Amino acid sequence: MTTDTTPTTKKSGFSIFLEELSRSNALVIFLAIITGVILGGVLVAITTAEVYAAFKISFWGGLKEAFVTAWNTYVALFTGAIGNPEKIKEAFASGDPLAIRRAINPFFESLVQTTPLIFAGLAVALGFRVGLFNIGAEGQIFMGAITGVWAGYAIQGLPPIIHIPVALFFGALGGAIWGFVPGFLKAKTGAHEVITTIMMNYIAFRLSDWLLKGPMADPNEYTPKTPWILPSAELPKLFEQPIRFHIGFFVAILMAVLVYLLLFKTTWGFEMRMVGSNPNAARYAGIKITVSTVLAMVLSGALAGLAGANEVLGLNHRLIPAFSSGYGFDSIALALLGKSHPFGVILSSLLFGFLRNGARSMQLAVGVPIDIVSILQALILAFIAAPAIIRTIYRLKAPKHAEDLVSLRSWKG
Amino acid sequence: MNTAIETNGKTVGKGIRNRARNRRIIMGVVFLAAAAFIWLVFSANLAPGAVTKYVMTPGGSTALAPDWVFTTSVYLNIIAGMLTLAGAYQIIRGFGKYTNGVLALVAGLFIFGFLSWATAGGQTNLAGLLRVMVVRSVPLTLGALSGILCERAGVVNIAIEGMMLTAAFVSTVFASLAHNLWVGLLAGVLAGGVMGVIHGVLSIKYKINQIISGTVINIFATGITSYLSSKYIQKTQFQYLNEPGMFPQIQVPLLSRIPFIGPILFSHNMYVFAMIFFVALLTFLLYKTRWGLRLRSVGEHPKAADTLGINVFRTRYMAVILGGMMAGFAGTYFSLGSSGRFDEVMTAGRGFIGLAAMIFGNWNPIGSMGAGMLFGFFDSLSVKASLLQVPLPSEFLGMAPYLATIIVLAGVVGRGQMPAADGEPYEKE
Repeated sequence: MTTDTTPTTKKSGFSIFLEELSRSNALVIFLAIITGVILGGVLVAITTAEVYAAFKISFWGGLKEAFVTAWNTYVALFTGAIGNPEKIKEAFASGDPLAIRRAINPFFESLVQTTPLIFAGLAVALGFRVGLFNIGAEGQIFMGAITGVWAGYAIQGLPPIIHIPVALFFGALGGAIWGFVPGFLKAKTGAHEVITTIMMNYIAFRLSDWLLKGPMADPNEYTPKTPWILPSAELPKLFEQPIRFHIGFFVAILMAVLVYLLLFKTTWGFEMRMVGSNPNAARYAGIKITVSTVLAMVLSGALAGLAGANEVLGLNHRLIPAFSSGYGFDSIALALLGKSHPFGVILSSLLFGFLRNGARSMQLAVGVPIDIVSILQALILAFIAAPAIIRTIYRLKAPKHAEDLVSLRSWKG
Repeated sequence: MNTAIETNGKTVGKGIRNRARNRRIIMGVVFLAAAAFIWLVFSANLAPGAVTKYVMTPGGSTALAPDWVFTTSVYLNIIAGMLTLAGAYQIIRGFGKYTNGVLALVAGLFIFGFLSWATAGGQTNLAGLLRVMVVRSVPLTLGALSGILCERAGVVNIAIEGMMLTAAFVSTVFASLAHNLWVGLLAGVLAGGVMGVIHGVLSIKYKINQIISGTVINIFATGITSYLSSKYIQKTQFQYLNEPGMFPQIQVPLLSRIPFIGPILFSHNMYVFAMIFFVALLTFLLYKTRWGLRLRSVGEHPKAADTLGINVFRTRYMAVILGGMMAGFAGTYFSLGSSGRFDEVMTAGRGFIGLAAMIFGNWNPIGSMGAGMLFGFFDSLSVKASLLQVPLPSEFLGMAPYLATIIVLAGVVGRGQMPAADGEPYEKE
C-alpha cells in the first residue's frame, strides 16, 4: 500500500479514496453485476445433478463441485461470447482466412446481438430522461421492422447509398408513429403511457399478423412472410461468411452520440430533461410540456423503430411473424443499468449482448438454458434499482445525494 | 391545467360543471353516432329480407334450445331506434349516475347489432360464442382483481403477468408431484403471494419505482420459469413433473339444465364459479366493510389514513400479498384449469390485458368482470371471424379491446376514477 500512514487526525488519501469509492454509483453498479452473476452461479449449481452427487460423498467435495460447475458455465458463456483463445491462436497460426473468421465470429456475433439492444435501450433511456416510461418498445420495434422491410422491397431502383438511409428512415418513421400516439394522448389527455404503450404493443402484433398474411405477404410462400428486401437495401456486411456483423452497429453508436448531443448540448434537450426532473419548474419557466412529451415519445419510438429496421435490413432481410425476441422489456433493464445515459446504454447493451450471445453456445456446451440471461438481467436490475440492497450487503456508506434513477411520476403523470 | 393555477375557486367550480356538461353531450353524440353507423353501414349493406340465425345450444351440450331466427333489418332498426332515443335523452337530460350502465348497454346493443349483421345470410353459434367468452374472461378478470387489490391500496401492479406465470409453473410441479390438484392450487396461490412479498419489499420498503419493481418481477418470472422448464419439466425423464391434470367440469344441478343460460354459465370447471365468487366477495369487502374502507383510504390519501391510526405500510403489504395470491390463483388457471400442463411463457400477456380490464372497469370488481367479459367476447369472436359472412380480418376484431382501452384511458367517453395515491410510495414523517 502506498498510502500515508502517519498517525494524524487528517484522513489519508487512500481512506478518502475508499470512502468516495464506497459512495459512488459506479461501485454499486459493479457490485450489482457481480452479485447478480454470483446468484446466477448459485442457481446453476443447485440445478445440477452432479453437485448433489458430490455432496452425498462429502460436504467440501460438494462445494468444490458446485464452484466448478458454476465456473465452467461462466467459462462456456465467456468463450461463447468472445471466442475461444486457443482456437483463435490456432486459426491465426494456420493462416486459413475461413478458419480465422470462424474463430473470431463469436465476438462479432456478440456485437450483432448488441446492436438492437443499443437502439432499444436508447429509446427507453430517452423516455426516462423526460419522465416517460416507454414500455412499448416492443410494438415500436415491430412497426419499425414493418415499415423498414416495406421500404426495403417496395421502393425500387435506388442505389444502396440512398436506399439504405431511406429504408432506415422508414423504420424510424414506423416506430415514431407508434410512439407519437401515446405521447400525444399523454400530453393532451393525461392517459398514462405505460398502459397506452402496452395496448399499442398488442395492436402492433395484430396489425403485423394481418399485414404478413395479407397486404405484405410474399405470394410465392405458403407461410406468412414478406418478400425479400432488395440487395440495395441490405446493410453492408463488413466480413465474409460466416460473420454476420454489419454496419448497423455503427449506426447504433452514431445514434447514441446524437442522443447525447440532443440531451446535453441543445436547448431542446435541456428543456426535455427539465420536464423530466421537475415538470412544475419547467412549466413556470415557460417550457411547453406537451411539446417535450410528444417530441420525446416520437424520438423514443423512432429509436425503437430503428432497432426493428436494423434487424430486418441487416440480418433477416425479410419479416417473419414474431421475429422480435423480447427486446422491449430488456431495454428497460438496459436503460436503467446505463443510468439513462446514452454512453451508459452502450456499455449495458454490450454487457447483455455478449451475455446473450455467450449463453447460446453455453446452452449447447454445458446444457444450461439460455434463460439464465433473463434471470441475471432481473437480478442486476433489482440491485441497480434498489441500491440500498447492495449497500446493505456490502456495508457501503450512503451517498451524499439521493439516488434518483428516474424521475417517473405515478399513473396520473 | 393552467387555468387551475390562475383562477379562483368560483371559476374552477364552473369549469368542472362545464366539463361535465361537455362529457354528457359527447357521450350522447357517441350514442347517436352508433345508431347512425348501424343504419348507414349495417342496414345499408344488407340483402333484402336477409335472415340472421343464432344457434342457441353450444356444441356437445344436452340442454337443447331452439335456434333463434329473425329478419335482420327489423332487429337492426329496433336497435338503432333505441340508441337514438338513448342519445337524445343523454344530450337533453343526461342519465346521471346511470351513465356507465347505459353506456355498457349501448355498447352491448351495438355489438349485438354488428354480430346480427355479420351473421345475416348464415348462422352463428351464439351460445358457443358466449360460453367461450365466459371461459376466456376468467384469467383476465382474476388478474384484474389482483390489480384492484394492489392499486386500491396505492401500489401499482404491472407484475400480474409474472406472478401468474410463476404460479402456473409452481402449481404444475406440485400438482404433478402430489397427484392432487388442490395441493397444486395451494402451492400456486402461495407462489403468487411470495411474488407479492417481493413486489412489496422492493416497492414499499426500498421505495423502488413500482413500475420498475413490477418489470423486475416480470423479467425474473419469465427467466426462472423458462430456465427450470427447459432444464427439467420439458425433458422426457422429468415428464412426470408436467402432468398435473385438470379441474373437472362441474354441472350445477338443475341450473345447468336451463336451455341457453345453463351451458353458458353453469357448466364449467371451478374457475368460472370462483371468479364470480371472488368478484362478489371483493365488492362486498371493499365497499361494505371496515377493512375495505381502510384499504381504500390508504390508496386515496395515505397521510390522512396514517393520522387516523391506520398502519399504511402494513395495509399496503397485506394488499400486495393478497393481490399476489389472487394473481397466483389466476395463474393456476392456465395450468390446472385450461391446458393441464405448463408451457414456457404460457400466460402470453394475459396479465397485461387483465391490467387493462382493471382500468376499463374503473378499479371496480364488477366493472372489471364486465371488461373481462368484453375482452373475452372479442377474443372468442376473433377465433370465429372466418365463419362470419363479412370479410373482416380476425386480427381487427382482436385489436378492438386494446383500442377500446386506449379510448377509455384518453377520457373520450368518461374519465376513470383511479385511486388518488396510486403509484406513490409513502414516506412516514
